[in-house]
Amino acid sequence: MAAIPALIAEPEVQSTRTFRHIVSVIGRDPLSLASTIVIILFIMMAVFASLVAPSPEEGAGKTNVSQRMLGPSSQHPFGTDRLGRDMVSRVIMGSRSALIVPIAVVLFAILIGAPLGAIAGYKGGWVDEVIMRITDLFLAFPSLLLAMAITASLGRGLQNAAIALVISWWPWYTRLVRGVTISLRERYFIEAAQATGVRDSIIILRHILPNTISPILVQATVDLGTVILAMGSLGFLGLGTQPPSPDWGLMVSEGRDFILNQWWISVFPGVAIFIVVLAFNLLGDTLRDIFDPRQYR
Amino acid sequence: MLRKLEYVLRRLLTSIFVLFGVSVITFLLARVVPSDPAILYIGPKARADEIARVRTQLGLDKPLPVQYVYYMRDLLHGDLGISIGTKRPVLQEILDRAPATLELLFSGMLLAVLIGIPLGVLSARWQGKLPDVGVRTVSIIGVSIPAFFLGMLLQIIFFRNLHWLPLAGRVSNDLRFTHPIVTVTHFFIIDTLLTRNWVAFKDVVSHLLLPALTLAAYPIGLIARMTRAAMLEIMEQDYIRTARAYGIREVVITYLYALKNAISPTLTVIGLTIAFALTGTFFVELIYTWPGLGEFTVRALLNIDYPTIMGITLLGASAYVVINLVVDLLQAWIDPRISLK
Repeated sequence: MAAIPALIAEPEVQSTRTFRHIVSVIGRDPLSLASTIVIILFIMMAVFASLVAPSPEEGAGKTNVSQRMLGPSSQHPFGTDRLGRDMVSRVIMGSRSALIVPIAVVLFAILIGAPLGAIAGYKGGWVDEVIMRITDLFLAFPSLLLAMAITASLGRGLQNAAIALVISWWPWYTRLVRGVTISLRERYFIEAAQATGVRDSIIILRHILPNTISPILVQATVDLGTVILAMGSLGFLGLGTQPPSPDWGLMVSEGRDFILNQWWISVFPGVAIFIVVLAFNLLGDTLRDIFDPRQYR
Repeated sequence: MLRKLEYVLRRLLTSIFVLFGVSVITFLLARVVPSDPAILYIGPKARADEIARVRTQLGLDKPLPVQYVYYMRDLLHGDLGISIGTKRPVLQEILDRAPATLELLFSGMLLAVLIGIPLGVLSARWQGKLPDVGVRTVSIIGVSIPAFFLGMLLQIIFFRNLHWLPLAGRVSNDLRFTHPIVTVTHFFIIDTLLTRNWVAFKDVVSHLLLPALTLAAYPIGLIARMTRAAMLEIMEQDYIRTARAYGIREVVITYLYALKNAISPTLTVIGLTIAFALTGTFFVELIYTWPGLGEFTVRALLNIDYPTIMGITLLGASAYVVINLVVDLLQAWIDPRISLK
């Protein structure tokens, strides 16, 4: 029974900084609130793209050559492109590959990276050593360069670009979750679970991983801006989404030859990338201030 | 002293291990190419016996570990293979184009340090005031805007609207006849300075300005943020309070006492961003048709020119590893506490 006073005396380290705490911080900061609203609006736009777009067929790639290269007007607020497609529709439809796919990429990176990190941190010893040395190897490459090389090797296309980005990004979550796990391993509730004979796999699943959600969420917010930029870059190079499908990065590159006269072809998709990345970065900054995931690295 | 030496040796060993691993990943990368490398090599119309001959020639008929040994052997002899696109040695192609890329990279990073650090200091000194808000806005825009898009915007503003700077390229075409550049170092800025070729110097600088600024945008944002954070932390320290109590002027405290200690964390960010900027250079080069590695790399990526892709990836990762090593050692030298950990 001597353990009980110690249990009570255990300092609350990170557990107050839960999901609810994050929400309340966002609610109090106008800039973060605005960023969150922008992000939600863009995600809604992407999900309901074919309902929102004025001309979904043109957005998806149908050409309309008689209307080519028209400047912004009330009928086409963002103008039309080289093949006469309405740019508003193209930008709206392009949000799927430019925004939703990067969100999926980060989710998959977490699903692969987080359990490995928890195992490494919990088990320690040679298991930890092997997992962490592998992550070191992947982190030795500049992420975008590795993603470019993998996409080229697998073959161009949105799906392969997404796979390449997952391969380049999962080690960051392994590193983060390992750090959090090591700090959790010393806590009494883990020790108590071990003492009562709970299996390691259950401890990791039920007791460790749920406690890593907050730092993962913060890290994911910060990362999303970077992954969206990386996806835009792959699209711009022609390695991601293939024409005639719409994608922001690809559209910026499609307008490259016309930048001095028909500037709107590149500028509106470019602005779309910028706004979304800016929103994620602003939000990420606020979250990082209250909960710095880097402290575990 | 011994501890320091031990730290240096340990860091060197890990770096070598990582470089070895990097070569394995790069090698495996080329082996997941869905199409047969031999077919890529001689073209899709080749006959079966020709393909078989190339397979033997490239060592593709051997088991994977043996292939890796061959690859490693060539690598250690400085042989990165033959580019499928140009049929010339990959290393030669890279070396030919590297000076242009490096000139852009160094100029961009120099610009980033010269702008980023003062911005960070300014921001920290006026925390919460207008200059701070201004600097933070600039830095968050810098890290949020895609380089390829920023490049286009700058072209529209400074070439089309203001007519101040050239659209693209590294030098004006007619300069070759009027004021030819004598190459000494292959860095045009240094070459034109050395030969006192002022007309060419002005031309080179005006061509370099926009690409360098485009490349610098992201690092400026990161460096300004890091410097600001480090300065704010240091300004809280006792020795700064003591200096204030002694009545030392705030300017001296900021630039002499505090900045000196803010350099160490800033150095890490600078090291990391150089490696990021290397990839960023490729995009900037595409926009400004800069005759460096960018266009060559992208063509290789799109045409699955796998020896070139492997070469560039390996080079990029090696540069990253080496820069990280240099930054760590520099830090240990600046701050001896690091090697004691």
